[in-house]
Amino acid sequence: MSQVPAIIIAGPGTNRDADVRDALELVGADARIVLASELIERPRLLGDYRLAVVAGGFSYADSLGAGRMLALDLVVGLGEEMRAFVAAGRPVIGICNGFQVLTRARLLPGALGHNAQGRFDCRWVVLDPVPRSTSIWTKGIEDPIHCPIAHGEGRYVHPDPESLAAAGQVALRYRSTNPNGSVADIAGVCDPSGVVLGLMPHPENHIVARQHPRHCRGGGGPAHLGLRLFENGVRHAKEL
Amino acid sequence: MANYLFKCPDHPDRVPRVAPVAPRHRLTIHSNDADPRAAAITEGAAQLGMGDIGTVAVADIIFVDGDITAEDLDRLHGVLVDPLLQHGNWDPPTASGVEITLQPGVTDSDADAVRHTAERLGVAIDAAATGTRIEFGDAVTPERADEIVARLVANPIIERWTHGCIEPIHPEGRDVAGAATVIALRDADEETLHEINAERALYLDPQELVAIRDHFASLGRDPTDLELETLAQTWSEHCAHKTFRAAIHATGGPEGGEVDIMPLMQQLRVCTETIDAEYVRSAFVGNAGVIEFSKGTTIALKAETHNHPSAVEPFGGANTGVGGVIRDVLGIAHKPIAITDILCFGPADLPLADLPDGSLHPLRIREGVVAGVADYGNKIGLPTVAGAILYDRAYTTNPLVFAGCIGTAATRPLHEGPRAGDRIIVIGGATGRDGIRGATFSSATMDASTGEVAGASVQIGAPIVEKLLIDALVGAEDLYSAITDCGAGGLSSAVGEMAEGVGADVELDLVPRKYPGLQPWEVWLSEAQERMVVAVPPRNVSAIINRCARVGVDAAEIGAFTGDEVLTVRSGGEPVAQLDTAFLHDGRPQRQMRAELPDPNRIERLSRTVADPAEAILKLLAHPNIASKAATIHRYDHEILGSTVVRPLIGAASDGPADGVVLAPPAVGAGLAIGIGVNPWYGLHDPEAMAYAVVDEAIRNVVAVGADPDRVALLDNFSWGDPRRPSTLGELAAAVEGCCAAAYVYDAPFVSGKDSLNNEYVGTDGERHAVPPTLVITAVAHVPDADRCVTPDLAAAGNVLMLIGSTEIEFAGSHLDKVLGEPAGVGVAPAPDPDAPEHYRLLHAAMQAGLVQSCHDVSEGGFAVALAEMCLAGRLGATIETLGHDDLAAALFSESIGRLIVEIEPRSVTAFERIMGDECLRLGEVNDAGILWLPGVKPILVADLADAFNSGGPM
Repeated sequence: MSQVPAIIIAGPGTNRDADVRDALELVGADARIVLASELIERPRLLGDYRLAVVAGGFSYADSLGAGRMLALDLVVGLGEEMRAFVAAGRPVIGICNGFQVLTRARLLPGALGHNAQGRFDCRWVVLDPVPRSTSIWTKGIEDPIHCPIAHGEGRYVHPDPESLAAAGQVALRYRSTNPNGSVADIAGVCDPSGVVLGLMPHPENHIVARQHPRHCRGGGGPAHLGLRLFENGVRHAKEL
Repeated sequence: MANYLFKCPDHPDRVPRVAPVAPRHRLTIHSNDADPRAAAITEGAAQLGMGDIGTVAVADIIFVDGDITAEDLDRLHGVLVDPLLQHGNWDPPTASGVEITLQPGVTDSDADAVRHTAERLGVAIDAAATGTRIEFGDAVTPERADEIVARLVANPIIERWTHGCIEPIHPEGRDVAGAATVIALRDADEETLHEINAERALYLDPQELVAIRDHFASLGRDPTDLELETLAQTWSEHCAHKTFRAAIHATGGPEGGEVDIMPLMQQLRVCTETIDAEYVRSAFVGNAGVIEFSKGTTIALKAETHNHPSAVEPFGGANTGVGGVIRDVLGIAHKPIAITDILCFGPADLPLADLPDGSLHPLRIREGVVAGVADYGNKIGLPTVAGAILYDRAYTTNPLVFAGCIGTAATRPLHEGPRAGDRIIVIGGATGRDGIRGATFSSATMDASTGEVAGASVQIGAPIVEKLLIDALVGAEDLYSAITDCGAGGLSSAVGEMAEGVGADVELDLVPRKYPGLQPWEVWLSEAQERMVVAVPPRNVSAIINRCARVGVDAAEIGAFTGDEVLTVRSGGEPVAQLDTAFLHDGRPQRQMRAELPDPNRIERLSRTVADPAEAILKLLAHPNIASKAATIHRYDHEILGSTVVRPLIGAASDGPADGVVLAPPAVGAGLAIGIGVNPWYGLHDPEAMAYAVVDEAIRNVVAVGADPDRVALLDNFSWGDPRRPSTLGELAAAVEGCCAAAYVYDAPFVSGKDSLNNEYVGTDGERHAVPPTLVITAVAHVPDADRCVTPDLAAAGNVLMLIGSTEIEFAGSHLDKVLGEPAGVGVAPAPDPDAPEHYRLLHAAMQAGLVQSCHDVSEGGFAVALAEMCLAGRLGATIETLGHDDLAAALFSESIGRLIVEIEPRSVTAFERIMGDECLRLGEVNDAGILWLPGVKPILVADLADAFNSGGPM
């Protein structure tokens, strides 16, 4: 079967692009890292891909607020193409800074504020997939996903989390520990169609069992890999 | 203020402003929810003993100058303010507040972002700036507000503030192809030389000044300011390691008498050459050491100090310290993969009244340094993995910041250029007035006025620009013939070093500037960060420039290597320096120094009486040096790149301390372990034994996680007081002796090192405060199988606990003395254990055979603390029947080196003992009662151990 062409959109300061590439390649995608500036010069390039990732990092050094500058690039330079990509049902995922970018670009609802404790925080968390979610990325995943967070601005803010959940747009919630004060323990949300997912944690850093902090003591295991989200995304793209 | 993230070809600040000045607009942005910066101020004030200052609010200010329509202001507002998080207002606030903005000339990357935003939106603006606004309640008087801002928020070295609305100032000035100033030196007598030395802050030795004078006298001319400054930078302690290369005449020591000892650096080199490890590719040359554990992949290692800058501006100092050491690895053509940091601070609870004049409070320094390390590492996208934090009163005025970096590359021949004809290309950020004379500054003793005079020595980091440098340079290794970073001394050091034996011709007008008005010598010496210099054969110049353009980092060709062995620097075509590279690099007279070697007690062993050992264990666990560093560790991204297999925090609740960390990319079987050894307190009693002990500790830490003790490389970092005091130099010489002795015994070569001397502070009372002898050893070792790493958390009840290594009565410098008070007779510091290398080899074999469930090294606090840490990490108890020494205090708290505690499944005990022979002692077993039972000690709940360990304040 041919590989799914996947694009990882990077801005100046994106730094988990290579980690995402490792994850995508492990699930059979042909992943390429493309700079937003190159994409803006040739917007039609986006159409060559079946799946898009806005990867984590500190695009534009978080100047004036995380994700703001890269979102501006995407909206001004690439707005129509991005909308067409989503309208065609091609899966998009924004991770960490990518999530911040997608909310600022209004491709996802809500916003991400400073962590409630006021600091950057890196630790492993457990994510419960929300069964009623329309997200194609979490579809069929019942076991909790284990993966790390690494962010300073990950507190999810939304004026009406209940309706968001009712609409099936809450895809992932933090289990037991809410690391940043996100409303209703929300870790990941999707657009109404379910093809666009944004989440603060890093599923791309749990793609093999050895990466789990307690793998030697029976922690983690295949059912809890972050890789499962990428499997879903690539499968969906393949079926398009 | 060019910042290469944001392309503004018609940079307004580079064009002299012509009157009339455009109207200024200011947008004040408040957070809808509580701003964490406000809470930090309130907490900080309380911690400093300023009491409850009530509610504080913090806002951001954005200034844009230009004739902007109301509609365009709305559009800017729409992008700059997120209504779910913030509210913004274009009307200046009427309420009182203190407003802070950067000093003119300091890089303001947020302002660059504002310009970029306006450009994207098609809104024409003339200039932009940013600021911060602090609003205090009525209870805070203006004087009080000033004090809070000065103590906790703003740093006058890079910022200024005012009550009410502040107006940012944009740097003015025109470019001048300034001529060099000639310094009348030829006929100067020694007194005049001394005056010139002081006036220009050259920090040269008297005989060096004479050598320079004589050199120019023989040429029949006087030097230019640029030539003199270049010599001062190149010959600085920081760059030339004058003390480590000095001829030393020593007296004293255990044997007494007088002896001339080999220069310290040579001792370390000879040691590495003698060990002759097959995996060493390059040691003590270039920017970093290079080793090759697995065929096909080389590893670059480097650790640096950034002490002086961190004392003056903690955030910027630590930030650029990390940036600098990453460039060192990049400067030997390796891709950075991890960062380490070892930090030494004064006590966090130091009363304000005890704070020496001109010093920042340790809390402020700690907050700034940790934030600086986190900011750089997190943003550049490298895991900050291994480290340590030490507290001692002696670090109050001289905090120490050691930053390390590890990189990997596909094996290739080392670069052998530059060759004559190669072009000189500077890649990275533009040059400003930042960090002028950093190399000489860092070689000086600090005093109460240091903060003021050294303002220009502070560099400001831009991690994203360095990320782009990595993006541009990794993969470009075949395009250049030589590479080095712009660190201390700026271009003068980088180009000067590369020009050794070749010669170079540089035109300063071609160096990109942040702003106009820089003098030629300022451009030449500026330590503006995030710059690399590459020597590129002419045929590859366009390929390099194109690579840089693609990732968005600037590259400028500034000259060529010549082959005439002269370093020629021009401004506007006219030479402003013409230095013979042989004189520049070899003309410095060797320093002649006197050392008084220490004569430590190594005979009289004195134990301790501990009335309540259980209480002592809990006190030790809560001591700031031993207690959890979780609050700091969680601020560092240690997960990025997905290679972190053993993390700094481990165990059932991820709150136990790991010995070493292990890195292995997801698809690779073998890994790298990193271990740190540091213990200045032994050094106060016996510097040689201390050095040996910290080498042992670093190696033991990597062995404990599963590394091969026969494949270890070491880095040394010395932070010492003024070596011109013979006793201080004697301690340094003794420590080097200890380093070499340990390296021979463990067969572990040093591959790179760095010394930072003159870590002293002269108080207004005239008294000198020196740091304790602080030697940081970093061990990097090969882990044959990253799936078989071992951690210290106890695994299962019923497993057997064993002790490897022997316990002696060794309490000098111990942490028991720190919590119970040091007695009059301290006895001996931990002595070398000649059996340790063999123990480590056997233990490694047992680990490879899968026989070891958990393992922890015994260090600060001794056996009892190590075992307690294993219990709390695994949330399991231990029942101990046998101890390692008949003397209870020694068995529990002595800090004898070479010891490890291991946990073995009952079915594996025979196999383990077969491997270890009689080199291990059966202690007892793991229990699931949640209690630590030790003979002669009240039982302690594991929950209480965890609480004590996790209680140590915010860090």
